[in-house]
Amino acid sequence: MSNIKKFLYVNRKAPYGTIYALESLEVVLIGAAFDQDVSLAFLDDGVFQLTKGQDTGAIGVKNFSPTFRALGDYDVTKLFVERESLEERGLSEGDLQEIVYEDEDDDWAEKPSIKIVSRAEMADIMSGQDVVLSF
Amino acid sequence: MSTLHTVNKSPFTNGALLSCLKHCKPGDAVLLIEDGVYGALAGSSVAGAVSDSLEDVTLYVLGGDASARGLDDGKVLSGAKTVGYDGFVDLVVDHARTQAWL
Repeated sequence: MSNIKKFLYVNRKAPYGTIYALESLEVVLIGAAFDQDVSLAFLDDGVFQLTKGQDTGAIGVKNFSPTFRALGDYDVTKLFVERESLEERGLSEGDLQEIVYEDEDDDWAEKPSIKIVSRAEMADIMSGQDVVLSF
Repeated sequence: MSTLHTVNKSPFTNGALLSCLKHCKPGDAVLLIEDGVYGALAGSSVAGAVSDSLEDVTLYVLGGDASARGLDDGKVLSGAKTVGYDGFVDLVVDHARTQAWL
């Protein structure tokens, strides 16, 4: 279908200090109903949204990090994480939670949704979109 | 086709402008709005990085936001172009996409 557009959700903020990260995830889930070509970008403090071991019990807000693992069920399977942003924060791919999707074109094989990309690759991804939504 | 990037935060409290400049492609435009206009201050600690990016990127400042903050042309980097709200609309129309750096 020709009216499918490429949507990129850009996440640049840490998860609990502001409402941006949770709102982004809400919009992604709502937007998934529209059958568009969706990608998510995580850079700068946005990479903190995907870290393992988040426990918000003591601060009285919802830990929404497990929700990222449900995105595959909504056909949101492209989560691009910027390598330079991880490195600046002393993080590596092993510090991120594992997020997978089942590929219906490959006998429902489980595949990783997170792809680590360089800053230059991230710039290319951004410039290839029809619509960019920033959070 | 190229991208219009908007930045609305001061570069002295927020990394949005520098991150934006690192993700621009040649031919892109960056429009500074609201507190983002401080990014066009001549002689500031980020002026060097901003000036270096002017080789590949065109820098615009929203005139009303600059005037409100007392940034007249003499305080703004020489490579920056001032636009009004009508120019803002033209920039949006003339680029394939607009990306906000919040």
